[in-house]
Amino acid sequence: MGAVLIMVAQRLALGLLTLFVVSVVIFSATELLPGDLASALLGQSATPETLAALRAQLGLNDPAPVRYWNWATGVLQGDFGTSLATRRPIADMLSARLGNTIFLALYAAAIAVPLSLILGVLAALWRNSIFDRVANAGALSAISFPEFFLAYILIFLLAQSGVFPSMVRLSPAMSLGDKLYVTFLPALTLTLVVTAHMMRMTRAAIINLLAQPYIEMARLKGVSPLRIVLRHALPNALAPIINVIAINLAYLITGVVVVEVVFVYPGLGQLMVDSVAKRDIAVVQAIALIFASAYVLLNLTADVLSTLTNPRLMRRK
Amino acid sequence: MTKNITSQRVTRRGLLQGATALGAAGLILPASYRSAKAAPNQGGTFRIGLGHGNSTDSYDPGLWDNLYAQVFAASRHNQLIEVDADGQLIGEIAESWETDDGRTWVFRMRQGVTFHSGKDVTVDDVIASLNHHRGDDATSAIKQFFDPVTEIRADGQNVVIALDAANADFPYLMSDYHLAIMPGNDGRIDPSSSDGCGPYIVESYEPGVQATLNRNPDYWKPDRAHFDRVEILAILDSAARLNALMTGQVDLIDQIDPATIGMLEARGVANILSIPGNAQYIFPMDSRAAPFSDNNVRLALKYAIDRQQMVDTILGGHGAVANDNPIGPANRFFYAELEAKSFDPDRARFHLREAGMDSVTVDLHVADAAFTGAVDAGALFAETAAQCGININLVREPNDGYWDNVWMQKPFCASYTGGRAVEDHMFTTFYATGAAWNDSFWSHERFDALLVKARSEVNEDMRREMYQEMQRIVSFEGSVIIPMYNNYVMATATNVATPEQISANWNLDGFRCVERWWFA
Repeated sequence: MGAVLIMVAQRLALGLLTLFVVSVVIFSATELLPGDLASALLGQSATPETLAALRAQLGLNDPAPVRYWNWATGVLQGDFGTSLATRRPIADMLSARLGNTIFLALYAAAIAVPLSLILGVLAALWRNSIFDRVANAGALSAISFPEFFLAYILIFLLAQSGVFPSMVRLSPAMSLGDKLYVTFLPALTLTLVVTAHMMRMTRAAIINLLAQPYIEMARLKGVSPLRIVLRHALPNALAPIINVIAINLAYLITGVVVVEVVFVYPGLGQLMVDSVAKRDIAVVQAIALIFASAYVLLNLTADVLSTLTNPRLMRRK
Repeated sequence: MTKNITSQRVTRRGLLQGATALGAAGLILPASYRSAKAAPNQGGTFRIGLGHGNSTDSYDPGLWDNLYAQVFAASRHNQLIEVDADGQLIGEIAESWETDDGRTWVFRMRQGVTFHSGKDVTVDDVIASLNHHRGDDATSAIKQFFDPVTEIRADGQNVVIALDAANADFPYLMSDYHLAIMPGNDGRIDPSSSDGCGPYIVESYEPGVQATLNRNPDYWKPDRAHFDRVEILAILDSAARLNALMTGQVDLIDQIDPATIGMLEARGVANILSIPGNAQYIFPMDSRAAPFSDNNVRLALKYAIDRQQMVDTILGGHGAVANDNPIGPANRFFYAELEAKSFDPDRARFHLREAGMDSVTVDLHVADAAFTGAVDAGALFAETAAQCGININLVREPNDGYWDNVWMQKPFCASYTGGRAVEDHMFTTFYATGAAWNDSFWSHERFDALLVKARSEVNEDMRREMYQEMQRIVSFEGSVIIPMYNNYVMATATNVATPEQISANWNLDGFRCVERWWFA
């Protein structure tokens, strides 16, 4: 067990280093954007005098390293600062939306992961059958459409007939059942988008193993095909599957702004786009950091899990 | 001379003028606006889906810049002065106003109005609210309005505003949507507070998502604010807005894409409101930069644009041809008889030759951030101009940062503005020499002189004459191409009733649909 802990600690340290580099990149990138927050805030109404007054108020005249230091020390204490545009604490602005984003991601994952694993295993089991072809073609068509198009098709089929709402309106008082009901269409859209990737990876990884001598041995001793796949092939195929699932979960958290817009879902993506457009640098930095952390954390988990599934990797020393 | 303008007189005069202006432009409102004649019903939850609203919006009145902020503000605030549906001024927190010389304006405060917090609206609150936009450290978008203001002081129940020069239209400036009356404390308002003296009280607000408001039980206007509850939602995607209306999740949406109006009408689930106003789409040219510094080149471009085609294709017919005239048909002194400019390749070539050129090549910088369809409008313009020996090279710019990096930076680009209720407001903001938003960097001696003179002239006919001459100057010597006035197009659920006359002053009944409309 000690080896596992050391490995996790190493990975965590590497993850933190990655996050530090990312934070520097995020900070420099927002410096490169054209215009600054003051001119974005005032828009068409900016005049030199109002610009100068607002810049001074917002502290935009400090040099960049000073602003980075202030920001980074704040974040380490859990304080993301206040939004430059609304003067509200960023933590308040983020918390509700981060919750919404994670809820939708988990909802979609709860449908998509079992679905794609089952489809993938069955497709591998009955490879080249009609079922395999239909599942493949279906999943590939779903991933080939742009997300917003899928969303509009689902709205046309399921919302205009009144079965599900076309627009997600969440309130804190909602029961879990109501929440699952109103967010069903965006979750279904995301499921359709991510299923193909995971399903095909599951199928390919398993089929790859089915050509191995030990599988042939199992077959020769008369084990049933389903048992071969589940007991003998799947455990060895878990590493690549876990990695693909991690990547897709990260996508569900960070890459769904289009779906958010179509279903008017108040998630982090829309907040990020708004903040970029308004040059609300403090909020952009905070969200980018959250997204980066999501990627690092999920990849870390995937790394650890796939190592655990393969005892050989743990005894390398 | 003594001029005593009460809200009564202004309204009666305005009715006649409003009718003349609308009649002259042939803008007869279709029958669908006249649906509601019965007394308004009380009650219901009015849900509005707007194509605006950012998570960065705030309560600070100096920073309101989009329709969401404007409608939300009109739902919870009152101003000194309101522009009514006929485009005329009526008293709101100011009961009446008067001036002796056009330089010192006295606004008499209405008594017995309270804020949502229960506190009385006092003269000090009004002064604090106005001062939020005034002074060196003010960050308000309308800071410049207060440049001519030398003093704002209390005089009993009156607020006295002194100007450095006479301005007969000063009360119109006080109707600007930024000038919400908020409670003051030590001479300052709290720009992060939602407290106001308007028709609805904020229950919750998440910027860029949703605001929920409940009726103010103590609202002082007897015949307004008919809904019990109001929800204002930001729905940025135009298809999502349409879906929300069609599936009954909202009762009103704005910004209908012209391409979808026909389909929505055919479904019969919504009423389309198309309100002609003074809002306009603009192509400003930098009059300091060659070749636009030559008025003949500018005229050539003005004759090289097919205005009717633009109205038909870019606006889907929901608008009117404009004659490079920033003063619109809903304005008091609109010059309807001004010689129209049709698409005329010969005339365009003639002006080019006058400028000593056979052909000319210019870059036109466009993005849909300027107005919906700006890129298509630029392409149409390039096509018609090519027939006149003018080669327009269309440069597509990103929406993001358009107002910083393109507008007033590139010599030829696209822009827009809502109309202004009064001529002086429009000309001073966009056309006076050196004005902060003079986006064509245009300067005209006679125009500037007329602008100052007309401001303090009290004889109506003289003012009309001067403002019409100014419209002619801008149209034929100015450095902006204004091809069309765009209608405000919105759609409501079939059970939403509106007054007979809907304001053309701003979108959504002058931002005041929330307090003026009701459920049938």
